[in-house]
Amino acid sequence: MELNLILQTGCWIATLLLVLGMAFAFLRLLRGPSLPDRVVALDVIATMAIGVLALTSITTGQKMLLDVALAIAIITFLGTVALAISLEKGVFK
Amino acid sequence: MISVIVAALLVLGAGFMNLAGLGIFRMPDLFTRMHASTKGASLGVALLLIGSALHFQDLAVATKALITVTFIFLTAPVAAQMLGRAAYAKKVELWEGSIIDEGRGHIGASHVDGLEETEPETKKIIKT
Repeated sequence: MELNLILQTGCWIATLLLVLGMAFAFLRLLRGPSLPDRVVALDVIATMAIGVLALTSITTGQKMLLDVALAIAIITFLGTVALAISLEKGVFK
Repeated sequence: MISVIVAALLVLGAGFMNLAGLGIFRMPDLFTRMHASTKGASLGVALLLIGSALHFQDLAVATKALITVTFIFLTAPVAAQMLGRAAYAKKVELWEGSIIDEGRGHIGASHVDGLEETEPETKKIIKT
């Protein structure tokens, strides 16, 4: 599937911006002082992965990737809520 | 014509997500970081998915994108609120430039120096 020049340029710029933001979030994941910082960084990285999937579905023409995006959204929500509950109950010191 | 709109939506959404990543890296405090990341990432992913739905021009794809956007808009605030409350109850430090601390005495125990610990009513809810 071929894209025209405007859409191709837009996809390039968007991919660049997304990867830059993901790198920032990954730096926070590495050096976050507390555990909730890391959980927030993981949440943002997963949301950015959904964005990357939407972009990839446009550039490759694969509509299936949006199903994967929905699955990632559900799993991320469950993971964040589970981590928050176990933080509040004091599972992690 | 539609490709211009799609490209604009993609660049705008990716810009919002880049701002969310920048905010989570540069903000001084867990709660300000959360404030930057949740809103920016939600709006960015909504714009990206609407862009892909406009690009394909297909009812199934548009429905899937709409479901994903609705799900993210419903669940991101819930997850952020639960995580923020857990972090506050675990006495994660506020930024020293914070001017208001509305959860003091309500969530967990007070963690400001020199204040005695109070026993709030919400503590029962947190412990169960």
